[in-house]
Amino acid sequence: MLKMEKVSYSYHKNRPIITNLDLEIEAGKITTIAGPNGCGKSTVLKLASRMLKPQTGEIILGEKNISHMSKRAVAREVSMLFQNSQIPDMTALRAVMAARYPYQSSFAGYTKEEKEISECAMELTGCKEFGHKSMEELSGGERQRVFLAMIYNQDTPLILLDEPTTYLDIRVTYEIMELIGSLNKNQKKTIVMVLHDLNLALQYSDSLILMNHGSIFNIHTPGDNCTLESIKTLFGVEVRNFRDNHNSFYCFAQSADNDTGI
Amino acid sequence: MFTFLKFSVASDKKGLLFLMISFALLIVSALLGLFSGASFIPPSVIFEVLFSGRIQDPVYRIFMTVRLPRVLGALLAGSGLAVSGSILQTVFHNPLASPNIIGVNAGAGLFVLICSILFPGARDLVPFAAFLGALLASVLILLIAMTNRMSQLLLILSGFVINSLFTAGMNAVLILFPDAYVGAGNFLAGGLSGVTTDRLIYPTFGILGGILLSFCCAKELNHLGLGAERASALGMNVPVTRCMAIAIAAALAGAAVSFAGLIGFVGLIIPHGVKLLIGTDNRIVLPGSALLGGMFVIMCDLFARTLFIPYELPVGILLAVVGCPFFLYLILKNRNRRDMEC
Repeated sequence: MLKMEKVSYSYHKNRPIITNLDLEIEAGKITTIAGPNGCGKSTVLKLASRMLKPQTGEIILGEKNISHMSKRAVAREVSMLFQNSQIPDMTALRAVMAARYPYQSSFAGYTKEEKEISECAMELTGCKEFGHKSMEELSGGERQRVFLAMIYNQDTPLILLDEPTTYLDIRVTYEIMELIGSLNKNQKKTIVMVLHDLNLALQYSDSLILMNHGSIFNIHTPGDNCTLESIKTLFGVEVRNFRDNHNSFYCFAQSADNDTGI
Repeated sequence: MFTFLKFSVASDKKGLLFLMISFALLIVSALLGLFSGASFIPPSVIFEVLFSGRIQDPVYRIFMTVRLPRVLGALLAGSGLAVSGSILQTVFHNPLASPNIIGVNAGAGLFVLICSILFPGARDLVPFAAFLGALLASVLILLIAMTNRMSQLLLILSGFVINSLFTAGMNAVLILFPDAYVGAGNFLAGGLSGVTTDRLIYPTFGILGGILLSFCCAKELNHLGLGAERASALGMNVPVTRCMAIAIAAALAGAAVSFAGLIGFVGLIIPHGVKLLIGTDNRIVLPGSALLGGMFVIMCDLFARTLFIPYELPVGILLAVVGCPFFLYLILKNRNRRDMEC
């Protein structure tokens, strides 16, 4: 689906954020990228959506090199949910309709059909009732639903989500994660997301990529025994595992032998 | 243009109604501006003189050399600045980005003054000089905004700095070359008293063209309102769209300043008022700003001409006097509405 070969990127000279990264994302799976702050997780997503261009290396989407594709063509293949970005200056319905942009010519109006598709996307994500409200009036959770409705509406095979649950309460967090799961299961979308909450990551993803200092630290399948070992080493924390009939839950605590000097 | 109208009809009846009311208001104010002034001339007399073609008649002269150019000038300046303000607010994602605040008007003004020193006789050059000045100021702001991702507050502050720089330039020019610009006081405050039809020719093309172009870009501007990152992820070429929009805004503001001077407030309050009344869809906001901006300046100019007969105020002063309370009212009203919802 998506392949990165020897990709490097730096925002400032002499301070590379991504170095020689090789990565392959499998189609139809949910992949989660986790790692310490500043390890380049969000940058990987921005590279994959062509928001940033790699300084070396190649990014292959399907069979094509992403930097040889037009911006609109990329936007028909990859959609992205941003972490705390600008609040759109419009009503929720108009924001969702705007996600049809990659399929339209610049000057045409919206067709009736497009309006119906958009309303359908809003119904699926449970934000239809505040469609007429301005984005600024909505709560964080409602806004995130609208952004997910935009992702539904952009309708791309590959979906990138940058911390989709930050700032949301626990109830809304699970609702959003279920919506993301159904995008994968019912609509057969490939999902790559950055998460800080490792419980969610272990619970919802098919594959967990751990990153450190701009390169891959380890790749695991969540059920895997050595996953927890990797997390322990990477973050320097203790992990306890609780099991009930269906799920595993994890508790993370300050590591005893990790003297942080606090 | 036509798809834009079609959409308005199909999905936004409220917006269309708003535009129709604005259009009616504009017509009424234009007629008022044509008929009244230092002396009220009844419509019947004006029509009679115009149709009989008595060129020597004083009524004919008043109408053709004073009233008509002033109303046209007010209409053009008001529409141009209001649309320019709407565009800048969207591009900078900032409610304070209006041509007079971020230095676009001042840039145009400075270039007008410099042009009138370097080429004293060449009045045809003035609109182009104004456009260049406005463009220079807008591009400076855009570069500042793009080099480091700055907050809305910092952006407006840099706008202020550029505005002060150009204003200082203008004052320096006027002190060093006191004869550079006849009626400089009127120019600085923004006034329409010296407007003649032949000075309006180039600005008319600039403003009409700019407004039509902005209507064509309304949808792209709406997408910019999503935020630069999100618009870019949807496949929009954000830098190109921004530059295009800013060039249009600069052309509009430059053309208006070239004959009307530094008229300020209209580029800030009209887009705001329209957005508070009807929402942020640029397909409604842009034509709405054009219509109401024109109406507003025509009315203010009418008061400027008639309040203190036989003296006349520069219209810019009237704009501020009428604009400020209205603007405050809109802000307070909007705040109350939000508080109630919380």
